[in-house]
Amino acid sequence: MSTLRVEGVTVRFGEVTAVNDVSLVVSPGVTGLIGPNGAGKTTLFDVISGLRRPSAGRVLLDDADITAKGPHQRSRLGVARTFQRLEVFGSLTVWENVVVALESRRRSLRLASKLLERVGIAEFSDNQADTVPTGAARLLELARALATEPRLLLLDEPSSGLDRAETNAFGELLQELSAEGRSVVLVEHDMDLVMGYCDHVHVLNLGRLLTSGTPAEIREHEGVREAYLG
Amino acid sequence: MTALLAYTIFGLVTGGAYAVVAGGLVLTYSTSKVFNVGHGAIGMVMAFLYWELAENRGLPQWLALLIVVGGCAPLFGLVIERFVMRRLAGAPVGITLVAGVGVLVGLIGAAQVIWPPQARPVRPFLDQLGVHIGQSFVSGHDLVTLACAVLVAGGLYVLLNRTRTGLAMRACVDAPELASLYGTRPHRLSALSWAIGSALAALGGILLTPVVQLDYVTMTLLVITAYTAALVGRLRSLPLTFVGALGLGLVQSYAVAYLPSSPFWISFRAAIPALLLFVVLLAMPQSPLRIGGVRGSRGVAVPTGLTAGVGAGLFLGVVVALALLVDSVVAGQLALALVFGIVLLSMVLLTGYGGVVSLGQFTFVGVGAVTVARLGSTSPLTLLAGAAVAAAIGALIALTALRVSGLYLALATLGFAQLMDKLVLQSPIAFGVRGSLQVPKLVESATAQLLLAAGVFALVGMGVLAVRRGRLGRKMIAVKDSSAACATLGMNVRWIRVGVFALSAAIAGLAGGLFAQLRETVAASDFQLFNNLPLLLFAVIAGVTSVSGAALGGLLLMLLPVLQSGFPAFAGAAVVLLGVAAAGLARDPNGLVSWFFRAWSWRRA
Repeated sequence: MSTLRVEGVTVRFGEVTAVNDVSLVVSPGVTGLIGPNGAGKTTLFDVISGLRRPSAGRVLLDDADITAKGPHQRSRLGVARTFQRLEVFGSLTVWENVVVALESRRRSLRLASKLLERVGIAEFSDNQADTVPTGAARLLELARALATEPRLLLLDEPSSGLDRAETNAFGELLQELSAEGRSVVLVEHDMDLVMGYCDHVHVLNLGRLLTSGTPAEIREHEGVREAYLG
Repeated sequence: MTALLAYTIFGLVTGGAYAVVAGGLVLTYSTSKVFNVGHGAIGMVMAFLYWELAENRGLPQWLALLIVVGGCAPLFGLVIERFVMRRLAGAPVGITLVAGVGVLVGLIGAAQVIWPPQARPVRPFLDQLGVHIGQSFVSGHDLVTLACAVLVAGGLYVLLNRTRTGLAMRACVDAPELASLYGTRPHRLSALSWAIGSALAALGGILLTPVVQLDYVTMTLLVITAYTAALVGRLRSLPLTFVGALGLGLVQSYAVAYLPSSPFWISFRAAIPALLLFVVLLAMPQSPLRIGGVRGSRGVAVPTGLTAGVGAGLFLGVVVALALLVDSVVAGQLALALVFGIVLLSMVLLTGYGGVVSLGQFTFVGVGAVTVARLGSTSPLTLLAGAAVAAAIGALIALTALRVSGLYLALATLGFAQLMDKLVLQSPIAFGVRGSLQVPKLVESATAQLLLAAGVFALVGMGVLAVRRGRLGRKMIAVKDSSAACATLGMNVRWIRVGVFALSAAIAGLAGGLFAQLRETVAASDFQLFNNLPLLLFAVIAGVTSVSGAALGGLLLMLLPVLQSGFPAFAGAAVVLLGVAAAGLARDPNGLVSWFFRAWSWRRA
């Protein structure tokens, strides 16, 4: 059971402040991270996964400060993520994509087929990864992330490219992952998915944390409506 | 004090000429995102053309200058843009680099055919004029150079910042499709920037001719200094580029003045541009792991272990049959081809699988050769020693240079190659005061040499394929496709890269040892910096993603000097053809050999 704490994180790109003094806590279960485009969601993911150093602030995993650790070290501590702009290994097959992740953690390669089945893309196993549909590629990233046995899983718009039935199946999968004791953070524009499956939701707007609460509380929040409707 | 002033003036003048060249480079890069490695070669050819008109044909200097800088050079830039670079828009760095190297090698070949080697003095501009500043004399040519630098700086600034065309040029880099929606024509603007860039390369080249002699390679590689200046400006900022160029001119001038003149310091001076290139690259901020978009490439099919084994057996069978048939001269040549093939195998690993373009791979061949030559033993273990030393140096370079990636990494390998060339390979440290070393042969007859080379090629080839099929191969390709994803999966991307670099250097070093004992005498001139460029070309043309491509490339590399000695004019033309082929083939890194594969699978289908 892991807890992620983000404390006072600020990210500046030159004159632009993409994330401004954001503090939040992620507990086990499914946590939504929502906000309009440009709110700083993906940048915050980059900071948590170690791909970007914050200009200020700290990231703590189970009370240990991991701000100075590189992405590969955080992965070994149990942080995994998927990408909004896909980062599958296009030259390798779908199966090999998962194998690479398993190998980097010295886990049995037999798990690859199981993971692909679990996310529902076993049929694409032998296809080169840059040829599969976007939805399948997103699920591949999820399978690859699961291959590292994450405690904290950051999913960046995982449902875009999925149809309604696939999205529902994905929601079920989210609940299973949560039941296994993982902390899942979901950046998502599909509000049905967020409101239906998240235990807790954080709302970012213009780089700042606007509010946090249960889906029901968020639905009623005036500021959230304004931020979304402009 | 007088000396200081004189050297300062000299430094500023050379720096001014560098600034002109570097300004052109930054302009083309910032409007087309293609770093033109051939920029210096354009300057070189245009300087020869200027010599032809002004000195050989007796045209007035100003008219020759006008024809070359105002006519021929921009026209040439247009042609290059239209037929080579435009097709490469948005292509990966490796491909644009190879196309640039193709242009470079092609131009050198063309210059050698049109202007065979001889002394070609070029009169400076305004040689009767000049002013005295204190006790120092500033010649008319120096004044012209400084004036040109100031004019070019001002002109480029006004063009990019004060004109609609300049604004459109800058817009096109970021979003050509979007800019075209607003009525700009990206192709036309890119063509314009290449025309101006070539003109500036020509002007810089001509201004530098009194300082450096008209020479194909020296002038072409002189632009390493211009590259350094452009990198000071991060390939974007013209003012910083100009400051960088003047600074480099001054550093070089002061080095001539104030460094001791012992042999080491003389080679050190020659290495200053490369050293500075390295320093500037290392001072750049660490490139963040790039995120965004699926990238995949299609290599030729990777054979299974069984197929590779059968292939190696067949290959050895053919070589044994050949060894029985051919005379000792041809056997020696074939052995050399296979040794080159092993060098290319090192590039299959690094470039073909790993996606890292190295402009300094031949340097590791030199390191292996020197090690074997210095050990002077006939034990096969010396070959392994050569590989080990090359691997160690490769790892060291990778550790320092791998914080940058893509274009900057390729330029860092070029800087490293020049550094090694000037400081080690061309100095007595490597090949002694006579510049050459005797090497005992491991096996005596040419036939035995051929079989030895074939055996090593087959082993290394199978090894490279085994790496590709295995864990490391998957990792390398994963790092090439998305280093960000690799890092978030727990891989230490930097160590994987260092490992691949070292392994590739080891293979090149092994080939160097074989080369040395095959040749019996190895000399500094065998490993000149320039040799790296045809190596990359042949690798790409023949196919840098397959073992058979390496074998074909080795054969072609061996044939080039044979052609050159037999039919010098034809060899020049062959080099031009090579350049054109590379520029054209750059889009398909699987090379010529993949055509054979395709023809083969078509026949079977």
